[in-house]
Amino acid sequence: METVKTQDISANDLPWKVEWSSDRCTMCGSCVAACTFQAIEAVVERRSITVSTGTVPDPSRRHLAAPAIKQKRSIAHACVGCGMCEKVCPNQAIRTERNADSRANLLARSGGAPLKRGGRANLGTADRVLDKIVVGRISQMTDPALDSERHTFDVLAPFGRVLPPSQLPFSINGESLEMNGKMPPVNWIYPVIFSDMSIGALSTRAWEAVAMATAYLNEKYGMPIRMSSGEGGMPVKLMESDYLKYSIIQIASGHFGWNRIIKAMPKMKVEPGGILIKIGQGAKPGDGGLLPAAKVAEHVQAIRGVPKADLMSPPNHQGLYSIEESVQKMHMSLNAAFKFRVPVAIKCAASATSVSVYNNLLRDPYYICGGFFLDGIQGGTGAANEVSLDHTGHPIVSKLRECYQAAVKQGRQGQIPLWAGGGVGMTGNAAADVFKMICLGANGVFMGKLLAQLLGCVGNERGRCNACNTGLCPTGICTQDPRLVKRLDIDKGAQNIVDYMLAFDSELRKLMAPVGNSSLPVGRSDALVTTDKAVADKLAIQYAC
Amino acid sequence: MCRIGAIKSKNPLHPSQALHLMLPQQEGHDNSGFAMVMQDLEGEFADFKAKPLLSLACKQDGLKLVQDYMDANNFAPIKEYIPKPNRIAGLDIQALPYYVFRAYEYPEYYRHRSQAEKEELLVDTRLALRQILEEAGEGYVFSFWPDVLTLKEIGDPADIATYFRLWEDNGDLMARNIVVQCRQNTNYEVVRYAAHPFFLQGYTLCANGENTFYTKNKEYQKSLHRGYIGFESDSQNFLYTLHYVHRQLNWPLVYYKHVITPLPFDEIERRPDRQVLGAIRQSLGHLEINGPNTIIAMLPDGSMMTCCDSKKLRPVVIGGDSTTIAISSEVCGLHAILPGRDPEKDIYPNEREVVLIKPDMEVERWKQ
Repeated sequence: METVKTQDISANDLPWKVEWSSDRCTMCGSCVAACTFQAIEAVVERRSITVSTGTVPDPSRRHLAAPAIKQKRSIAHACVGCGMCEKVCPNQAIRTERNADSRANLLARSGGAPLKRGGRANLGTADRVLDKIVVGRISQMTDPALDSERHTFDVLAPFGRVLPPSQLPFSINGESLEMNGKMPPVNWIYPVIFSDMSIGALSTRAWEAVAMATAYLNEKYGMPIRMSSGEGGMPVKLMESDYLKYSIIQIASGHFGWNRIIKAMPKMKVEPGGILIKIGQGAKPGDGGLLPAAKVAEHVQAIRGVPKADLMSPPNHQGLYSIEESVQKMHMSLNAAFKFRVPVAIKCAASATSVSVYNNLLRDPYYICGGFFLDGIQGGTGAANEVSLDHTGHPIVSKLRECYQAAVKQGRQGQIPLWAGGGVGMTGNAAADVFKMICLGANGVFMGKLLAQLLGCVGNERGRCNACNTGLCPTGICTQDPRLVKRLDIDKGAQNIVDYMLAFDSELRKLMAPVGNSSLPVGRSDALVTTDKAVADKLAIQYAC
Repeated sequence: MCRIGAIKSKNPLHPSQALHLMLPQQEGHDNSGFAMVMQDLEGEFADFKAKPLLSLACKQDGLKLVQDYMDANNFAPIKEYIPKPNRIAGLDIQALPYYVFRAYEYPEYYRHRSQAEKEELLVDTRLALRQILEEAGEGYVFSFWPDVLTLKEIGDPADIATYFRLWEDNGDLMARNIVVQCRQNTNYEVVRYAAHPFFLQGYTLCANGENTFYTKNKEYQKSLHRGYIGFESDSQNFLYTLHYVHRQLNWPLVYYKHVITPLPFDEIERRPDRQVLGAIRQSLGHLEINGPNTIIAMLPDGSMMTCCDSKKLRPVVIGGDSTTIAISSEVCGLHAILPGRDPEKDIYPNEREVVLIKPDMEVERWKQ
């Protein structure tokens, strides 16, 4: 027997255990090849068996060396439960099992470095407020419901600053109004934005699949969905193409990729769909962006103009001292970059201060902020310190509601469109979430993680996989390793997204129809009920029991 | 659901005409109330057209509160008409002790102010009176405006008419314009202020139907004007939006329909005036209405209009002859008061249409 120390790590200390069955295994090696985390290895085990080969019992012991699949006993190679081994095994000889007795949280910080991972926050995901709300005002005899299959709907939301009626640059000419001035640019788009996931965070194939799905939905189905580029720039070819109009270019605190965007501007044939200035994100508010060096591949270096190193974005725009300065920043971006032809919005993490920020933006006299993106704790991220992921942030629903009600109080609702995200579609049914959030005051939503899931991401809120930060994504979505990236079928991924959005669109109409709405039910909180008194009080919706 | 109607005539009409218009439409109302707004008055108030006329229903202490307030604010009463009720037994009516229609002289210091200033004073006065009466639980003030008289009552319209002697065409209450409603109560309780027609600064409106955008309309309207209060009925939103678009924003009337039921985006895109229509839809999204409804409105200049929701789910018809034109939920009402008209010329507006009867009785039909 080898000498062991009590501090040595066993498979029982790890978050996931690999169950392997020797009598089903053909030792094909697929599982070992598929495991990007090298959590399992092919080894030779010493076995001792007793056999009897004659006509009468004549047992004899035989020792032999047998090949086996074994889980590595190391935190660095801990199984993440992604299940790729099970997926590729032809004989169902291997599977992973969650280990309730894991000591991983204690062991993972060896070396003095905090634990990092990607994925979603874990806090409070079991008990979603959105699931406690249902659509309760169903039109009956007095107010006929619509037929969602035959009726026409206006499923569009504004992106851009909406002027109050008294500020519209109208002049009266007899019996008609005439436009005699300029208005801030507003694009009416589908109420879902594919959220900001950068080239770098996503693999080229994954990013391309989302971009393809966006273009396809626009061109083929006339669904004006926009995709946010994420921080880190865009391919020059895309920026010089007609498809740029489907993109919302993000400027985040690291300003990565903007050099290239600015250089491409003279060659842009169309305007982008908008600019999104990211101040913070909901999954890790107060924590900056993080692209680990493992994912900074050559093309990422080229697009961002950086060496291969960890790429940290600051937690906010370091040149900004105040909300007023953020307005100035929007002003400068608009003015300098696109001459007031492109709406500019801002994205903040949901927090105790969200309403203050929104109020301040609403009162800005220059009408410059074209959207307030509010991101909740359940949003996803490609990489973060686990402590930030699990223990910072604010749920989205009540903050969204507070912002809307703050606008209502001033009679300014709708003037800075509210876009909310962070956990939209966590249960797999985004349409219901979106409908409820719109009723609570959102003009539209943004969602990202759901797209990754449609591409094939197997990570979840209970700690499965969540290895987006390692560059070892087993599905080829969150990695830059060319061998892993090849695992992702772009066309199939894009098709999944398109199919989902078509179903989503039908489902959204299915919810709009019974409340009798042809257009989005923004602020129709009267359509919602909840059986939770606390939720009813907080969100000012009807309590039903 | 209610039934609504309006009559506009070159010759002064008695309210009995309004009752004849409405009572045949019995299938659409439940005998829970009757209300009307009369404008361009003759009869008792013929000589006081320029003077603001207060219409209220109240108890004894309420009347005292109103008088005290008006005295304190230097409004001098110059003409009063108090109906002498016909208190016969068995009438279905929840009458209050006093119904007062009283014309006032403007306060001395307001007599030479601009029309706009006077109009602000009148709305402030009505709001103040409403608050005083509401706090004391002593009554209701329906309108305070020159040449406008409002009566609202709870009960069976026919019995209400008997009580107020409205069947007797004796020439005391006469008007060229009457907007009227027979009520079908869908509120939990019968609230007097919820009775149509609603009135604000010369704008009168009643509606048949539902407004499913009530909450978002209300939340937005609350901040737009001090007079947008109450919201006892989901139809009050229609009046406030009309007032806001036409009076506050000073936009041509044609845009009211574009605000409440905007064209779909793809149709706006095909229009030559897409910039204006797009901006309106964008900016005034919270004043859109939804649900099945028909609106009848009267403007300060006496013109009348009607339009429907964008799906045309509630009925309305316009018909008339050379001297009188009426708008009615059901055509049977028109048959009752205008039997000699040519029914082939009746107009059944569609979901994109606004029909306007101008002060000179010319009828215009606008496509949205």
